[in-house]
Amino acid sequence: MAKLVIPSLLETLYMVVFSTVFSLLIGFPLGILLVVTEKDNIWEKPFLNKVLNSIINILRSFPFIILMILVFPISKLIVGKSIGTTATIVPLSIAAAPFVARIIESSLKEVDKGVIELSLSMGASVPQIIFKVLIPEAMPSLILGITITIINLIGYSAMAGAIGGGGLGNLAIRYGLYRFQTDIMVVSVILIIIMVQGIQYLGNKMSLIIDKK
Amino acid sequence: MITIENLSKSFENGDDKIWAVKNVNLHVNEGEIFGIIGLSGAGKSTLIRCLNRLEEPTEGKITIDGVDITNLDKSGLRRVRKDIGMIFQHFNLLSQKTVYENIAFPLELEGMSKSEIKSRVNTLLDYVELVDKKDSYPSQLSGGQKQRVAIARALANNPKILLSDEGTSALDPKTTKSILDLLNRIRKEFNLTIVLITHQMEVVKDICDKVAIIEDGEIIESNKVDELFRNPKTKTANAFISGLDFNIEEESIKSREFKGTLIRLSYLGDSAKEPIVSKMVKNFNIHANILSGNINELMSTSVGYLILELLGDDNEIKNAIAYLKNQNVSVEVI
Repeated sequence: MAKLVIPSLLETLYMVVFSTVFSLLIGFPLGILLVVTEKDNIWEKPFLNKVLNSIINILRSFPFIILMILVFPISKLIVGKSIGTTATIVPLSIAAAPFVARIIESSLKEVDKGVIELSLSMGASVPQIIFKVLIPEAMPSLILGITITIINLIGYSAMAGAIGGGGLGNLAIRYGLYRFQTDIMVVSVILIIIMVQGIQYLGNKMSLIIDKK
Repeated sequence: MITIENLSKSFENGDDKIWAVKNVNLHVNEGEIFGIIGLSGAGKSTLIRCLNRLEEPTEGKITIDGVDITNLDKSGLRRVRKDIGMIFQHFNLLSQKTVYENIAFPLELEGMSKSEIKSRVNTLLDYVELVDKKDSYPSQLSGGQKQRVAIARALANNPKILLSDEGTSALDPKTTKSILDLLNRIRKEFNLTIVLITHQMEVVKDICDKVAIIEDGEIIESNKVDELFRNPKTKTANAFISGLDFNIEEESIKSREFKGTLIRLSYLGDSAKEPIVSKMVKNFNIHANILSGNINELMSTSVGYLILELLGDDNEIKNAIAYLKNQNVSVEVI
């Protein structure tokens, strides 16, 4: 059984790690833009703000399975194939990016308006406010948001397993569901539960340790 | 140093236009502590925010050190803002940064080197007496300590002007006193011009040279602080002055309850040396009954009040009042 479970576990970790990185790379800047371009914020751009909001809402409306199938051609373009563990990273990242953008947005919005006003009063530029004030001040909340993102991606990656991705989800379906090997299904699910618990625990701890408020 | 001409600021609220600041004209001299006092909603916060354009003025002109700041573009504005420090009611410290890092923040924005920052921050920490709190976070500090960090931070760039937006309103009376002392000290040592807004007459009394009273967005009275205390022209000014703790007994005196004429004398420190009341009683055929009296310590001088009941012939009383008016005392018949 270990022969089956360990490679699947590694595949899941591989998918989750890379899709977290890529979805953050896309979603983080979007989240920042959502905040700063808002009305009365430091880089007010109402039109851009509206466009971004609409795109993110549309992307978030797609059920993940459908999005994944729609993205097959893009996966093929980037990775060279449309199924398999590596290929799945593409739809996972695309699905999680708008979610990340919203999470980042809500964390940054929690930052006290007073410190932004203070930074303006000191002649800080927009990039300085973003990188020296907004992000550091929101860090504990950002870490919790990223934790939620990782956990969501674990869930998504298991779903992706159903339609050609690898990982524990795929294992649970192929062996547990189709071949009635309940033990493998149980082990897969337990492993996923342990991952989720562990990551949430780590995220909470980290956020608590760095929060000086 | 600062000249405000015909400054107005309006906010759009749907189809409504609300004027928060209306046609304000003020002049603040270099090295002066200028207080703007008003009730909440009077527009004082909007007014002070116009001075570094945290609020964009709708109309009018603000000149600081000869530069019309209302016309500056973004980069020009950023440069001017570095010469204007600001402190706030709720301190606005960066909660995830230590005391040291908070004070270093404006210097970092300037791109100053680490070693320069270190020596500057240490000097400032020493100055506000917070060396031992250097590595603490704001959440571990008391209100007074937080405001001292904020003051050190505001001074980091060697500004010429310090704006205080209700800087002592969240503090208890004792801490307020110590913060005001600190402000007074930095004004002298750094040759700083300070503009502060407040709703506390205590603050004006303790450190301001001049004061403007704002009501419904308009400056209704503006004067030197001692003059204002001696001779307040508007009802609001009177209300602010009598709101001070030691003036409370005055309110309990009702002129109807007395037979004689009630008068209220106010005089500046020096006139208090003359035995005016005693001379008045000797010169005119009247009796004087002292009902209440007190002295307000201002920054540069003191203003005394005396409420007297004058008994006697109407004509004699009239002459006595005329005599008092000649003695550099303000007389008000209550």
